[in-house]
Amino acid sequence: MSILVNNRTKVVVQGLSGSQGKFHAQKMKEYGTNIVAGVVPGRGGSDVDGTPVFDTVEEAIRATGANASIVYVPPAYAADAVMESVDANLDLCVCITEGIPVKDMIKVKRLMKTSSSKTMLIGPNCPGVITPGECKMGIMPGEIHTPGTVGIVSKSGTLTYEAVKQVSAFGFGQSTCVGIGGDPIIGLKYIDLLEMYQFDAQTECVVLIGEIGGQAEVKAGEWIKQNFNKPVVAFIAGQTAPKGKRMGHAGAIISGGDDTAAAKMKALEECGVHVVQSPADIGKKVAEVLGK
Amino acid sequence: MDLHEFQAKGLLRSYGVPVPDGGVASTASDALRVAKELKGDAWVIKAQVHAGGRGKAGGVKVVNTFSDVYDVSSHMLGMKIVTKQTGPDGKIVRRTLIEKATDIKQEIYLSFLVDRDSEQHMIIVSSEGGMDIEEVAENNPSAIVTERINPVTGMGLFLGRKIAKKIGLDSSLLNKFADVAHKLYNVFADHDGMMLEINPLVVTGDGDIVCLDAKMNVDENALYRHPKIEEMKDYGELEPQEVRASIFDLSYVSMDGNIGCMVNGAGLAMATMDIIKSYGGDPANFLDVGGGADVNKVREAFKIILTDPKVKVIFVNIFGGIVRCDLIAQGVLNGSDEVPSDRSIVVRLDGTNVEEGRKILEEGAAKTGLTIVTADTMADAAQKAVELAAGEEKPAKKKTSAKAKE
Repeated sequence: MSILVNNRTKVVVQGLSGSQGKFHAQKMKEYGTNIVAGVVPGRGGSDVDGTPVFDTVEEAIRATGANASIVYVPPAYAADAVMESVDANLDLCVCITEGIPVKDMIKVKRLMKTSSSKTMLIGPNCPGVITPGECKMGIMPGEIHTPGTVGIVSKSGTLTYEAVKQVSAFGFGQSTCVGIGGDPIIGLKYIDLLEMYQFDAQTECVVLIGEIGGQAEVKAGEWIKQNFNKPVVAFIAGQTAPKGKRMGHAGAIISGGDDTAAAKMKALEECGVHVVQSPADIGKKVAEVLGK
Repeated sequence: MDLHEFQAKGLLRSYGVPVPDGGVASTASDALRVAKELKGDAWVIKAQVHAGGRGKAGGVKVVNTFSDVYDVSSHMLGMKIVTKQTGPDGKIVRRTLIEKATDIKQEIYLSFLVDRDSEQHMIIVSSEGGMDIEEVAENNPSAIVTERINPVTGMGLFLGRKIAKKIGLDSSLLNKFADVAHKLYNVFADHDGMMLEINPLVVTGDGDIVCLDAKMNVDENALYRHPKIEEMKDYGELEPQEVRASIFDLSYVSMDGNIGCMVNGAGLAMATMDIIKSYGGDPANFLDVGGGADVNKVREAFKIILTDPKVKVIFVNIFGGIVRCDLIAQGVLNGSDEVPSDRSIVVRLDGTNVEEGRKILEEGAAKTGLTIVTADTMADAAQKAVELAAGEEKPAKKKTSAKAKE
């Protein structure tokens, strides 16, 4: 088992003809992801490197049985592309695009809350999701991942790769790694993913990587304390970040006193989470917690 | 992107929101001209810098004579405003806003922002205007009213009336308050606001509602659809390195330490600063070269980092996903001619094509004569960077077994 994606996931790439879409579709195929279609409005009937292109997501589903989409559409049109996937009732939409206006995401989330669509959204501004050995929907380097028992959920891209590398170095593989994105308004959040890891028999331990800004990590901690029965290792980036400065991610900004790294680390610790001070200790702590 | 008070008030005025009459000045004689045009017998002179807490730092003065308008303006223009929000270096005042003084009967706090939790806009109103909202939240939370704003309905008049009642506003002001809140929200939402703060919003002696201050921040990602707002960007308010970084699409924030950082990815960049600190060092900056880091970006990043004279060591931490390590290594070598010989570079590469990358660095380092230290792990690299920054005679305290086994 695993969460979100597996070897039965059939992927349609929105924005397949762009340089990013084309490049990453190729990488995903090389990894073994089942890329069944692309969507480029106005270019239906053509193909990109052998993958058939459709005008709409709906047509792509009808022709190929696609059940998930990945969005590489530029920021001004990305929210619209996500809404198209929601409207088409796919199981999952992963939005890689960085730089979508917050107001557009408010609209997307309003649509998702009020429509009957079952679509789950990951991102935007995220590296995507990977179930090692089965399906990679994203831009992460596939080769650093190995199948195993550790779930990783993170707001960051490269810091997630760092965690994967460390966990692998200690001999543990990963069940599913999810980058939820660094924007203020996103699709699935920590708790949504933790609920899935809870019921995933393959996952024995979860690594949660957070950062300054917002309350998501603290809420996750409270939820873990009440509901989660597997060990969680956490790292919060931005312990040295100054207040009021945006640290790269749109959402990474300390605006009050309770969204600092220190406040989040303390809250998580109080909820029984294994918090590491140094990002270099993530793998070691996982090994310790799993007692191997 | 932050707007100046006078810019935000210009937007408010165009939406029919009451703001005091006023004008902007960049010289004392300008200020005098504005005051004379405004007429009256009392004016407020306000420093236009991107920072809250101006009043306490001497950036807001009430004057009653034309000669005071001139004298106070000439003193204020060019002075440094240092507040909690500006950092110790402060901000230089280049412009003042001169407004007719308002007869204040009651002060209210009002702001709009994005609520991550409910994924909607939110309005915060407090009966204790003119005070720092964080302080009110701490000392008198019951004075604060918050409401979520449905993106379909916007800031309905009913919601404004409800809030006015809750903060104990006089019934005669209900409709006026609701109207102002409605228009303010439209200014905020129409321009992709991330924050709009009116502190204080005042009730005048004549029973009018007026915005005495306005602080607004607009979503950078939405600027493409607001060209007029983008033109308002005041690069003079940014640090020179931040301006340079923005041209090359790099994300840079300066810090106080002596270890410069060049990292790909915002999360890893923050974590790199954190690990430097955990080994007893101090980062000089946050710098994310982004996913598409190429030779040119690496070179620019070096230049920006080195404009900070405190930097002794540059810590390059790259986890190559899409970015290939061999390209980064080449970039580091090419860009290293920007680096003076008394500085060292510590490079940690991992991910795609890491072996080729390390080889390029090792061979290249010998030729440049620079100290380029390579490391396998983040912990190892951080430790080396801290030791180098501290100087040979004072090696930093070692942390036990932080290095992951390979």
